[in-house]
Amino acid sequence: MEKRELTCIGCPMGCQITVELEGQDVKSITGNTCKIGENYARNEVTHPERTVTSTAVVLGGDKPRVSVKTKANIPKDKIADVMKEIDAAVVNAPIRIGDIVVKNVCGTGVDVVATRNIEAD
Amino acid sequence: MLNYDIVIVGGGPAGLAAAVAARDAGIDKILILERDKELGGILNQCIHNGFGLHTFKEELTGPEYAYRFIEKVLEAKIEYRLNTMVMDISADRVVTAMSREDGMYQIQAGAVILAMGCRERPRGALNIPGFRPAGIFSAGTAQRLVNIEGYMPGREVVILGSGDIGLIMARRMTLEGAKVKVVAELMPYSGGLKRNIVQCLDDFGIPLKLSHTVVDIEGKDHLTAVTIAAVDEKSKPIPGTEERYTCDTLLLSCGLIPENELSRNAGVEMSPITSGPIVNESLETNIPGVFACGNVLHVHDLVDYVSEEAARAGENAAKYVKGQLSDAKSDIEITATDGARYTVPSTINIDRMDDKLTLRFRVGAVYKDSFVSVYFDDERVMHNKKRIMAPGEMEQVILLKNKLTEKPGLKKITVKIESE
Ligand SMILES: Cc1cc2nc3c(=O)[nH]c(=O)nc-3n(C[C@H](O)[C@H](O)[C@H](O)COP(=O)(O)OP(=O)(O)OC[C@H]3O[C@@H](n4cnc5c(N)ncnc54)[C@H](O)[C@@H]3O)c2cc1C
Ligand code: SF4
Repeated sequence: MEKRELTCIGCPMGCQITVELEGQDVKSITGNTCKIGENYARNEVTHPERTVTSTAVVLGGDKPRVSVKTKANIPKDKIADVMKEIDAAVVNAPIRIGDIVVKNVCGTGVDVVATRNIEAD
Repeated sequence: MLNYDIVIVGGGPAGLAAAVAARDAGIDKILILERDKELGGILNQCIHNGFGLHTFKEELTGPEYAYRFIEKVLEAKIEYRLNTMVMDISADRVVTAMSREDGMYQIQAGAVILAMGCRERPRGALNIPGFRPAGIFSAGTAQRLVNIEGYMPGREVVILGSGDIGLIMARRMTLEGAKVKVVAELMPYSGGLKRNIVQCLDDFGIPLKLSHTVVDIEGKDHLTAVTIAAVDEKSKPIPGTEERYTCDTLLLSCGLIPENELSRNAGVEMSPITSGPIVNESLETNIPGVFACGNVLHVHDLVDYVSEEAARAGENAAKYVKGQLSDAKSDIEITATDGARYTVPSTINIDRMDDKLTLRFRVGAVYKDSFVSVYFDDERVMHNKKRIMAPGEMEQVILLKNKLTEKPGLKKITVKIESE
């Protein structure tokens, strides 16, 4: 039986979670305060995921950059590829929170969206 | 002179939430004064996610969280002035402000809410004499450069201090292609949130060296290398432990300190521990009608708690303006000892207390499997076990009014950390 110690990142509480594993089989999850922690621990030991946040270049806006995020989590091993697509993106102002900046980033099925408003200059 | 019921100094999350709560409590003439060119405060540069899970049950980025409150301020048609610096607040609540358009002017406020946030600790943290080459930034400055201006300060980075901004910037600069070589922390524990250590360092294999500091900086015009060394219990570098890292950037992330020049000049009494005002159960300072909330009161790591605290300050300021807040008198002193460093608030007037009162505090060291205990005079009334407590994470206990009124003559509440 393998034991993995994790820190839940589901919320800033940061619960210490212990997962007992046999191969890919999760045997027990302890230390979490809520369901999010249980799901996080299960995912983290089988297929870890992250939200990526960054900025993209803006044309014609009152600011040079717009902050963006992946609308949902993407596989952890795709972070570098996702960053490359975000770095290549250029968006025209005006921009509203939630506007799509990169559609279906790296074929993950997840969009990259704006996280702030930018007015046209 | 202009006249407003409530003047709020600072348009960050604290100022915004206080304004909305005061409007909900029926106050018409509210004015927010913000020195920046937009509302939202520090959150505008915190583009990472992890904000608002407690408040909105979803994970937002800083700008998104700020916008939720900006929207409420706009909907409620609460007045605000940008590019406006508050220069002075007097004990009789005359606020002096200045902007390029309007010059210097004064406002008589029925109540004032201090919501100026905090700033980074100065470079003093870098305790080495001599010349400072280019390439040394505070972590917050680097955050603004990268996230707002889209400018990368460098390619090879060493970070001194493991505060949250430093951790967040370690990941941010790594994602943008920089090589973050090491994070050195003077203390034997990190001042940052656990989840930031996991997600910002562990994820990218960035080493965190506890009990280490920078002992040498090289470079004529621009930084070329730094040397770090282990330190002993007295924070003195241990000879023979030096390690040299070539780098073009050194980020300093040595903690935050409430921004209270205005409060001090107004005669607000300060806590030497939090560097913020001393407040009572209503979040009111020693000056009647002057309230404080958010990072200007004590440094928060969770914006959700900032918003919650600020809403209470807004409600109480509204009561004050309407004459519904009985005279301030403190029946009960709250003392923090044995590992608990301070509490906010630090006095309670039973008449003014809500049914529930949240006491927030921080511990002075890392405690495992210990208890947060609350004493009413000499009797222990609360004894909550915690798996882990660390200086980087704010703790809280909730006091119930009916428990306090059961104890007439109660003079002193003590919060302490006990091993059993
Ligand atoms: C780098 C960083 C990362 C963080 N990460 C997280 C996180 O992941 N999750 C989370 O929940 N929380 C996080 N926080 C905490 C949270 O962002 C803060 O606690 C919150 O923003 C504090 O709000 P505030 O309104 O008190 O201060 P601020 O946001 O600093 O706002 C204060 C405002 O007052 C204005 N002001 C100051 N002086 C004057 C003056 N004299 N006249 C006019 N205006 C003035 C300033 O310009 C500013 O806009 C983070 C904080 C930082 C710094
Ligand atoms: S288990 Fe629940 S409460 Fe604990 S950190 Fe995870 S999400 Fe937060």
